[in-house]
Amino acid sequence: MHGLSTFEPKNGFVKWLEARLPILSFAHGSFVAYPTPKNLNYWWTFGAILSFMLIAQIITGVVLTMHYTPEATLAFSSVEKIMRDVNWGWLFRYAHANGASMFFLAVYIHMFRGLYYGSYKNPREVLWILGVIIFLLMMATGFMGYVLVWGQMSFWGATVITNLFSAIPIFGNEITTWLWGGYSVDNPTLNRFFALHYLLPFVIFAVVGLHVWALHVTGQNNPDGVEIKDVEKDCVPFTPHATMKDGLGVVVFLLLYCWFIFYVPNYLGDADNYIPANPLKTPPHIVPEWYFLPFYAILRAIPDKLAGVIAMFAAIAVLAFLPWLDKSPVRSAKYRPMYKALFWAFVVVSIGLGYCGAMPAAEPYVTVSRVLSLLYFGFFAILPFLPRWEKTLPVPATIAEAVLAKSGKVEPPKPEPVKAAPAKAPTKSTRLWK
Amino acid sequence: MTFKETLTKTLGLAVAVAGLTAVASSAARADEHEQPTPTRQEWTFAGPFGTFDRAQLQRGFKVYKEVCSNCHELHIPIRTLGQTGGPELPEDQVKALAASFTIKDGPNGSGDMFDRPGRPSDYFPAPFPNPEAAATALGAAPPDMSLLAKSRKYERGFPKFIFDALPVPGGMYQELGPDYIYAILHGYEKDEDPNWNAYFPGHKIAMGKPLVDGQVEYTDGTPATLDQYAKDVASFLYWAAEPSLEQRKRIGFRVLAFLFILAGLMYFTKKKIWSNVAH
Amino acid sequence: MSTATPTPSTDETSRRDFLYVATGSVAAVGAVSVAWPLISQMNPDASTLAMASSEIDIGAIPAGQIVTVKWRGKPVFIRHRTADEIKAAQDGDNASMPDPATDKSRVQKPEWLIVIGVCTHLGCIPLGNQGEYNGWFCPCHGSVYDTSGRIRKGPAPRNLDVPPYAFLTDTKVKIG
Repeated sequence: MHGLSTFEPKNGFVKWLEARLPILSFAHGSFVAYPTPKNLNYWWTFGAILSFMLIAQIITGVVLTMHYTPEATLAFSSVEKIMRDVNWGWLFRYAHANGASMFFLAVYIHMFRGLYYGSYKNPREVLWILGVIIFLLMMATGFMGYVLVWGQMSFWGATVITNLFSAIPIFGNEITTWLWGGYSVDNPTLNRFFALHYLLPFVIFAVVGLHVWALHVTGQNNPDGVEIKDVEKDCVPFTPHATMKDGLGVVVFLLLYCWFIFYVPNYLGDADNYIPANPLKTPPHIVPEWYFLPFYAILRAIPDKLAGVIAMFAAIAVLAFLPWLDKSPVRSAKYRPMYKALFWAFVVVSIGLGYCGAMPAAEPYVTVSRVLSLLYFGFFAILPFLPRWEKTLPVPATIAEAVLAKSGKVEPPKPEPVKAAPAKAPTKSTRLWK
Repeated sequence: MTFKETLTKTLGLAVAVAGLTAVASSAARADEHEQPTPTRQEWTFAGPFGTFDRAQLQRGFKVYKEVCSNCHELHIPIRTLGQTGGPELPEDQVKALAASFTIKDGPNGSGDMFDRPGRPSDYFPAPFPNPEAAATALGAAPPDMSLLAKSRKYERGFPKFIFDALPVPGGMYQELGPDYIYAILHGYEKDEDPNWNAYFPGHKIAMGKPLVDGQVEYTDGTPATLDQYAKDVASFLYWAAEPSLEQRKRIGFRVLAFLFILAGLMYFTKKKIWSNVAH
Repeated sequence: MSTATPTPSTDETSRRDFLYVATGSVAAVGAVSVAWPLISQMNPDASTLAMASSEIDIGAIPAGQIVTVKWRGKPVFIRHRTADEIKAAQDGDNASMPDPATDKSRVQKPEWLIVIGVCTHLGCIPLGNQGEYNGWFCPCHGSVYDTSGRIRKGPAPRNLDVPPYAFLTDTKVKIG
């Protein structure tokens, strides 16, 4: 949904370039004139925050690569050399390690926002699925990056996670041997993880490009979940309005990020990872980084190895089916009282799973994890049936109306049950920005 | 739902969930942690403006050199004792200290390894050629001490672990490692069993009681007691594990102050830009 | 949007402009500050800087021989010169050359010539006891150095550099 650009080249060079590669008008249409719903709240700044984090991770990561040695006997000490000897090395290392956590924090908020406001629904299914793919790529990248430190938790985390694949029937052992390049996690494993850890962020970057492209085709969802009807009344131009709001979001997020880098840099990390990898000694509690904990809890909740692995991957895969599981014609949880309650229950369940994942595999955590895992999948199981029981609240006809209702200038619309699906995204915006 | 409402709700729920799980788990925790938790000590390097006490680091180094170094390796370069933000020993002292160590170097022109006096750029030599030799001599290989203060932690439990990250009074607790080391050195409570330690998981520690009152001579008037040794050596080991701490906190303050100003300016700019848009 | 806005007073305009300029400047200061660590991290690190000197035992080098040692990752030639070589070097003092220097200014003790073994042309390592002056000859582009390491022929612009060094004893030299 491009707000048909009014980009008019003025100087000769721009005209010349425009005739050959219309990149400036494209950028203008996508990031300047692009119509942004007026009613977006600060939860919508997380897209910009995530873009910022991706760039920050790539830059700090490339810097670290200049000093890191991907070799099993040298990896750990090269990280220590970065921390002790390299100019500002501690800053880059802490920024990169905590950056991974911040990246995941932001992506979880971004995903829950999409979940709450129904951003996955028609016509944004592809946009949503691309997001799930980015999430999966992030998990792979985060995991492999953690291994590179080659501390105790790196090594044993790698061992445990790659052993998941041994659950695959018949070929399981061959697959793990292939993944390792040997008979255990060792130097070949470290080398390939390094190669992939360097590669995947650029793959993420490309998929983010598709994600943004898909977003700009359908236009942004918004807190009221109604489509843009009149660009002039419902929207503001992306620049300066959204740019400035996103910028503020990024700076506030940076405050949190920098607090972690400079004042509590090891808070989110595991102390055991400051012990060099020892293939003959397993640490007492193997715990993944916090962002994997809910899925780790699901894995451990199921007593069967293969079923546990399947459940863990299913917990992520099920997200991709959300657009078809949720059949309600209303998008935003703002107008769906039952879904809203269910959403908050799902948030609680996810946090609870995370807590259980951090605890030792003993009672009562095992039972609690099992109950919570059931509830996790229960959320997705109940979604298709929700519209049968749910009485949705009246949805404003337009964004402009929703904004006016909020500022109290207009009576809220008369209760009127919603039957039809929300209007489809306009294929072409009707007005040009002046 | 506004941003604020949502935030309050999320935080409330998070606390509620964690609280419930914590209550459910307190029973399980009781028998799992039979050893007492170390107590939190006062450290000069704690908090947002923390710095190391040079004299304390130098004393801690003395304890390390005279006692710990007989069994434990400290894999850091000798020169770092002179760098800013550390014990800051004068250059000639660092050189003299380095020269007191014998370093194996080579091969020379004829292909032989040879011994030479150490230089500041060398690492502290290890007491044993490899961990296996150490294990043979001592029964178990003592851990390298360069990261000891960062690789040891103890369970804080809910809700304390949340406040440990936050800039609140009693929060920002990052010194679990030094507290653990301090506690271990105090944990030898049974005279009949030198390998029994109150704070060590399982109580059976391979290292016999390493320090007693008066063992290391202090020349600066500081009491030569076990308690003082424990504090000094824990501080020294925290510096060894985190030599950039002072620089990090100093720069961190500037960065956060800058970001607050920028956030404020951006808030007003954003407000101005949106002032004529109902939203 | 802008059509709906009443024209702001000049006062308000200047206040608004000030706010925009202030925000932009502060953000720019931040961006520039971040650039510094990014640049600085590529400079030699603390361990490299600490390795800046090395001590060499020269007692076993016979006259007429050149020994190559490594200093800061570069070769350093230590040449125990014979009486003939010293004489040849001193005799050459008055010859015309691209980078005139007396032999005396290039050595601390006449029998020991210590130079960085990197051709000043494009960084190749010259071969010892070769070339017209029996000093060094660089195979890459044909630069010819004499027994004082001075450039006599070929494209190199400068004499072989003399590193900072000091004789600790008669048989021990510290480079750097």
